[in-house]
Amino acid sequence: MEREITLVVNGVTRQVTVPVRRLLSDCLRHDLGLTGTHVGCEHGVCGCCTVLLDGDPVRSCLTFAVSVDGHSLTTVEGLAGPDGLSPVQRAFAECHGLQCGFCTPGFLCTATALLRDNPTPTEDEVLEGVSGNLCRCTGYQNIVKAVHRAAEIMAEES
Amino acid sequence: MTTKLFGEPVQRREDARLLTGQGRYVDDLGGPGTLAVAFVRSPHAHARILDIDVSAVLDVEGLVAVYTWEDLPGQLAQPLPLLIPHPALTHGRTALALARDLVRHVGEPVVMVVAEDRYLAEDACALINVDYEVLKAVVGIEEAVQSAQLVHEDVPGNVGAHLVQEVAAADGRDARQAIESAPHTLAFRLDIERSASMPLEGRGVFARWDGRDLRVYSSTQTSTSVRMAIAAKLELPLTNVEVIAPDVGGGFGVKIVHPWPEEILVPWAAMTLGREVKWTEDRREHFISSAHERGQVQHVKVGFDGEGRIQGLDVTILHDHGAYTPYGIIVPIITSTQLLGPYRIGAYRVEFSSVYTNTVQVTPYRGAGRPQAVFCMERTMDKIAAALGLDRADVRAANFIQPDQFPYDQGMIFQDGRPLIYDSGDYPESLRLLKELIGWDTFERRPGLGIGIGCYVEGTGVGPYEGGHVQVTSDGRVHVSTGLTSQGQGHETAFAQIAATELGVPIERVSVVTGDTRRFGYAVGTFASRAAVVSGNAIALACRKVRDKALRIAADALEADPRDLEITEGVVHVTGSPTASIPLSTVAVLSNPLRYSFDAETAKATQFAGTASYDRPPIAEGEEPGLEGRDYYSPLRSTFASGMHAAIVETDPLTAEIRILRYAVVHDCGRLINPMIVEGQIHGGVAQGVGGALYERMVYDSHGQLLNASFMDFLMPYATEVPHIETAHLETPSPLNPLGVKGAGEAGVIPVSAVIASAIEDAEGFPIDKMPISPSELFHLRGLG
Repeated sequence: MEREITLVVNGVTRQVTVPVRRLLSDCLRHDLGLTGTHVGCEHGVCGCCTVLLDGDPVRSCLTFAVSVDGHSLTTVEGLAGPDGLSPVQRAFAECHGLQCGFCTPGFLCTATALLRDNPTPTEDEVLEGVSGNLCRCTGYQNIVKAVHRAAEIMAEES
Repeated sequence: MTTKLFGEPVQRREDARLLTGQGRYVDDLGGPGTLAVAFVRSPHAHARILDIDVSAVLDVEGLVAVYTWEDLPGQLAQPLPLLIPHPALTHGRTALALARDLVRHVGEPVVMVVAEDRYLAEDACALINVDYEVLKAVVGIEEAVQSAQLVHEDVPGNVGAHLVQEVAAADGRDARQAIESAPHTLAFRLDIERSASMPLEGRGVFARWDGRDLRVYSSTQTSTSVRMAIAAKLELPLTNVEVIAPDVGGGFGVKIVHPWPEEILVPWAAMTLGREVKWTEDRREHFISSAHERGQVQHVKVGFDGEGRIQGLDVTILHDHGAYTPYGIIVPIITSTQLLGPYRIGAYRVEFSSVYTNTVQVTPYRGAGRPQAVFCMERTMDKIAAALGLDRADVRAANFIQPDQFPYDQGMIFQDGRPLIYDSGDYPESLRLLKELIGWDTFERRPGLGIGIGCYVEGTGVGPYEGGHVQVTSDGRVHVSTGLTSQGQGHETAFAQIAATELGVPIERVSVVTGDTRRFGYAVGTFASRAAVVSGNAIALACRKVRDKALRIAADALEADPRDLEITEGVVHVTGSPTASIPLSTVAVLSNPLRYSFDAETAKATQFAGTASYDRPPIAEGEEPGLEGRDYYSPLRSTFASGMHAAIVETDPLTAEIRILRYAVVHDCGRLINPMIVEGQIHGGVAQGVGGALYERMVYDSHGQLLNASFMDFLMPYATEVPHIETAHLETPSPLNPLGVKGAGEAGVIPVSAVIASAIEDAEGFPIDKMPISPSELFHLRGLG
């Protein structure tokens, strides 16, 4: 059973016909070619597939594409602005907050939403904020550092 | 060398693409027409296949092909290779790409399904009926040793390998004699459970066949060897096969094994069907059909004097290698050789039996047998200290190899088949730094608060070799390639730092390609903390060849002596006279005499440009066109990095929860190429170590079912579980290689279980001999107390 749906992805309206059982993660990756969203467990634990649904982080591997018909999505491909990398992206590079890069899109989306809601998070708030995402490479220390650094950059640039 | 980048915390050149979703991992490849593969895997740990009925799937829409073992031709139907034979591995066994009559662990592939997409392929898998006669499963080391049931009918006692290694004391006595006559002795048992590499990207293979050439993308730690394996298994000329490791989402050891069944089956399907074919491992598949590590039981006897100096050590190891041994017995060999750590002990005897069980095969996971070795030795040190009432750090110091004793020969053969000779190190200084960092001497223990310590030595940079190719093109760009692969270690940055420093060019002009057999065909792979050492030095040597050639050509053009020239910011100039200069881009043009021009720069090298001498051929004897060089680095033996960790741990008096309050690391990997990257490697290693110490285990039931084969149940640390890691570096250069570097990739993980056990023991006052340890296990131990 297939259905045509409309998604606004990274500001662009996309129409796509998908089987109703199609996961949002697969729709983004394989139907829309946005392979920056990664799939690490397909049971909602690792957070690699995190995207922003109407601005809020969701697990795209636990979401059917047809369930978000008509909604707006931001993926890692949509985080950079016209002037280049977003503060969160720049902070991750500066602080060495990524190694293999597989979990990174999920962390970037999560941190972007976190800092939008709380521009000056405490140490515990950052820890808590990123503690729904797994990373097997970095040990998280530099990810946490990067989120704080991103907050700094955003404050400097606002 | 004014463009000095070696040793600087240069930001990573990989990051721009990985931060914007432009990375290319295996599952990102292939267009809409790419076929998807799924596997029917054994639901039983040990069973005989009676019948495979695929009739129900034949009408499934979107199904393209179904294959069982009977469909596999020639070499493909033969057992997978035993990659590292060893005389002690008398009963090595490997799996078939698809099971024929017996399955020996849950997850073993039985049927391959190819369909228009993965959803349809999995639909079809669900309709295939495999009839099994279930056999008794062998689960756990003790059951394997009892051998009431055999995993392989032709392997008596379930023992795949048995090896005894002995190093006598200086006076000729063996370990058992030395222990018998020692003033003090102890005997105890230690247990370490299974964990796994668990990269967030599982394995994956994408293959494309054009009728003559096969191109395979694999999420592997060794593309060159996958290429050779595919050529052999599919009986293709090597030159018609190319293998590329694209961006790889973590490896940590598991992806060094090859060829995986899927790595040969997917390319074969692509050839058979004439279509692009892809398989992407899902998480459950990764748990039950890739590889695990760590599981060992160790029986230890030690004899020592009143100052805690070890006079004899006798260790018997039972190592669970799972159902098959494709990677040989590297893990227990590393355990038994690296057990000696930074210590100079009297006599040593180590015996291991590597046994079969009906569980997922065991192959190296970051640390590769060392965490178990260090757990053994460091628990031993703590027990000696406790027995004598001495400070635990003092007992270690009493046993250290001293800085003036290098090179230090431990008298054994290491995992690379070469002597276990430590090249350099400064263990007393390392301990001094660690004690200072953690505040060892001022720490006040109390019930529920303990401090722990662990020391290790890691053989890194094993051979046989790696190579590097460096080419300067006429646009001034520097193209570096090496055959080994990358899984997030920042090789594109570290190797570019080496090349930029060696050649005197801005790093922005340097690009690095790894793991692509189209660019470099000879390599071994990324494992054993070897990339920086072996490829790093090969690239440096290749750069030196290019530099020499550039200076020869430039000297000719500038009418100068090459010895008076240097390269700065990509320009060759006479030392002290910046005006007499020529850019490397022009040197590259001059290095390649042309008939045809394609831009103003290359016109300078064409035949009527008036720059060539009539007295010699355009390419002088002994020269080659192009400003490029290739060289190899083949280490005499491994170089030995070292480190020491300490932790302060709090245990809850009521709930027995375990909290790491502080974690300190002193690390010595010789000269640092990029301290930021090394630090990141340590952080990640420690986090995996914390997982192995407190959370991660593979829980098999008595039927061989892996009960926690998901991220819901296999607990990997999140940010909230990993302590802040404080680090200090010591740089004891390796005398063995031109750059003086040692490996750093695995270091962080190695001593963590030992350190945490040491700290919990200190906090609780009773021995911690089994890891990982959960709050409920600690609670239980208190009850026994």
